[in-house]
Amino acid sequence: MADKKRIDEPTGTETVGHEWDGIEELDTPMPRWWLWTLYATIIWGIGYTVLYPAWPGITGYTKGVLGWSSEQEFRDEIAAATERRAPVLRALASTPIERLPDDSELLQFAIAGGESAFKQYCVQCHGSGAAGFTGYPNLNDDEWLWGGDIKAIEFTIVHGIRNPDHDDTRYSQMPAFGRDGIFSPEEVTDVSNYVRVISGQEEKSESAARGAALFAQQCVACHGADGQGDREQGAPNLTDAIWLYGGDAESIRNTVHNSRSGVMPRFGERLDPVTIKMLAAYVHSLGGGENYVEVAADPEVEVDERP
Amino acid sequence: MDSVVMRASGWFALFLVTMVLVVVAEDRGYAVHMAIAGAAALIMVWATLTRIDYSALARGILRTPDDKSQYYDDVVRWGVIATVGWSVVGLLAGLFIALQLTYPVLNLGSEFTTFGRLRPLHTSAVIFAFGGNILIASSFYVVQRTCRARLAFPGLARFVFWGYQFFIVLAATGYVMGITASREYAEPEWYVDIWLTIVWVAYFVVFVGTLARRREPHIYVANWFYLSFIITIAMLHIVNNLAIPVSIFGSKSYSAFGGVQDALTQWWYGHNAVAFFLTVPFLAMMYYFVPKQANRPVYSYRLSIIHFWSLIFLYIWAGPHHLHYTALPDWAQTLGMVFSVVLWMPSWGGMINGLMTLNGAWDKIRTDPIIRMMVMALAFYGMATFEGPMLSIKAVNSLSHYTEWTVGHVHSGALGWNGMISFAAIYFLVPRLWRQPRLYSLRMVNWHFWLATIGIVLYAAALWVAGIMQGLMWREYGEDGYLVYAFSEVVSAMFPMYLIRAVGGALYLAGAIIMVYNVCMTIAGRQRAEKPMSDAVYDPAADRPIVTQPAE
Repeated sequence: MADKKRIDEPTGTETVGHEWDGIEELDTPMPRWWLWTLYATIIWGIGYTVLYPAWPGITGYTKGVLGWSSEQEFRDEIAAATERRAPVLRALASTPIERLPDDSELLQFAIAGGESAFKQYCVQCHGSGAAGFTGYPNLNDDEWLWGGDIKAIEFTIVHGIRNPDHDDTRYSQMPAFGRDGIFSPEEVTDVSNYVRVISGQEEKSESAARGAALFAQQCVACHGADGQGDREQGAPNLTDAIWLYGGDAESIRNTVHNSRSGVMPRFGERLDPVTIKMLAAYVHSLGGGENYVEVAADPEVEVDERP
Repeated sequence: MDSVVMRASGWFALFLVTMVLVVVAEDRGYAVHMAIAGAAALIMVWATLTRIDYSALARGILRTPDDKSQYYDDVVRWGVIATVGWSVVGLLAGLFIALQLTYPVLNLGSEFTTFGRLRPLHTSAVIFAFGGNILIASSFYVVQRTCRARLAFPGLARFVFWGYQFFIVLAATGYVMGITASREYAEPEWYVDIWLTIVWVAYFVVFVGTLARRREPHIYVANWFYLSFIITIAMLHIVNNLAIPVSIFGSKSYSAFGGVQDALTQWWYGHNAVAFFLTVPFLAMMYYFVPKQANRPVYSYRLSIIHFWSLIFLYIWAGPHHLHYTALPDWAQTLGMVFSVVLWMPSWGGMINGLMTLNGAWDKIRTDPIIRMMVMALAFYGMATFEGPMLSIKAVNSLSHYTEWTVGHVHSGALGWNGMISFAAIYFLVPRLWRQPRLYSLRMVNWHFWLATIGIVLYAAALWVAGIMQGLMWREYGEDGYLVYAFSEVVSAMFPMYLIRAVGGALYLAGAIIMVYNVCMTIAGRQRAEKPMSDAVYDPAADRPIVTQPAE
């Protein structure tokens, strides 16, 4: 406690002379490197605040001699990126989508841009590999509800599926056969069993034979006599192994009983036409894209992309 | 007798008030909280009426004699027990949410166990329950010894301890029920904030009262740090939590600030929670326990003055670096960054003073596991306070912000610095507080040291890699000028790093569990037969106030 300065033996440094609960303090000077580094950071700090926006005042703040602002930097970077892409984007804008596959360089650019946009807008439902999920179609296969050529894909992206307040949207509605009382529960099972038969998942049975009769009455209008579907109406092919809502007996019964009506947003009002073109090119490139050329080759053939 | 009836009636009236509040409550969380308060009031009624001498009972549990010629350490003993208990809770919660990030199925499909609710439970449990308890306990211990005076207002000190535990219980149950003010590290709602303010003012009174009774001419450096912690936390807590409740019978409130002002207030608080809760008072612990354990004088008195004042002056302005490249005006971002960079040396002043105090006793790193913990704590303090200014530089921040790098940075500070120095202080305190010749096992301290160190290294390294990878993947543009990765792809790339982080956390928790066992056995008066390691000597005769205070 008392002021008793002494020389600390191991270090040879004098103590300050205070003591608390046995703790003394040495009178070591501050390390020079520490002090000079502190001064250096202070000088750097002053310099930095002169160069950059820093000190607030009553009506504004010092703008800094470099005239830098984060907003300007952001604008410059965006402008540079826009300028870099501009020629290709212009080319994309002026190329009709069905002509895109003719220009392989432009197509590659569109696919790359489409992949990036896909990861931002589409992966939430279709998955990052575009393989889909129950209720969300796989875009890698060659089964298309509404058409798989590049122009049909573009149409789907622009107008979406079953958008309630949009006239041009892709629209189909299967009746809820069980819920609405068109089929009895036994009939739902019979039809489901028939679908299991034509999709090659089950052996023929009496129930399936009864289902075939019901199918002929109620289902062929959309799914076709052989059950292979109809893209004009967005009716799926029931004879292959691809199922949007599952091909097991329970899922099919559910579909027949309740119907299904998935919705996809329309992107025509959210994204610019070039981005949509790129998205269509990307989805078309995934593996199941169909050729548009054969219809476009003959100008006499009127093609309505809408169903 | 009359006063007993009066006091019991008062507590019972409080119980009735809480029951009314339960009935008129506008939401479930508020009702549950008022019921908890009512239960606490009933306990007080019972405690008052049975008139048991609880301090004597507590001394029985704590296995310590009552001696007015000694320092008042009951509240320190409770604090050490609370610290040890909460450390396990907080670390366990941390490990669990780390595993939730790795395996989302562990959210368990219940609202009460989602990451969003358990994450504040983890942060508050480690910062405020573990950290806060060791800070309050150690400050009461240190201020008495360095003032050579018995604690002022022991009754108020007991209120501080129990009131603080009550705050922790309200905060923790609130998080799980989804009550949140949505302010990071300040999630409790308005009525819990008011309660904490009352407790904190009581804490201030006890601390300053003891300083005023000091028998030493000067105030020791550790107490400067403790005092700046108590005062600044009060200011930060009050300003950051200014809010208007929707109803005084409901838990929800809205901040008094809006937009970017709100964000800046939040980070002014948030960064200074790091400064004045996790740095300044832990330096106070360092300034007492390191020289005591090493039995060496503090390295430089002058350095302690300069680094103390520069640290507290600079730290308070550094908050805006949490809002780089946001709506915060450029000038505020610049100042946040500049003050953070200048903060580098003042932060390192504490590390230098701690490490260089070992001058003349460096051999103890080899022989004394508690010194080893302190040195590792200071090393991590130094690393974290270099990394912090570096991350505040805008160019670095544009890569690191919002990534796991920040999480790794915080944990190298929290696990390495706050955790290690607290564990060292606990190992120092327990034998002294319970009058034992030594810890149950110093070898176990060594085990704790290595498990914790390896745990931190795994944790920090995994998150450095994760953070830099995340930052680079987010900003990766292809040659065609488009982003390469979807956000979800970056998330899946984190999996191995998250797994390593969880392993690191598990090792750290394992070390803490060894500590719990060691502390329990020491309190039980056991000593493990083992090959001795060196430890600081303790002279009970010198460990008492200079002038014996009359009975309180």
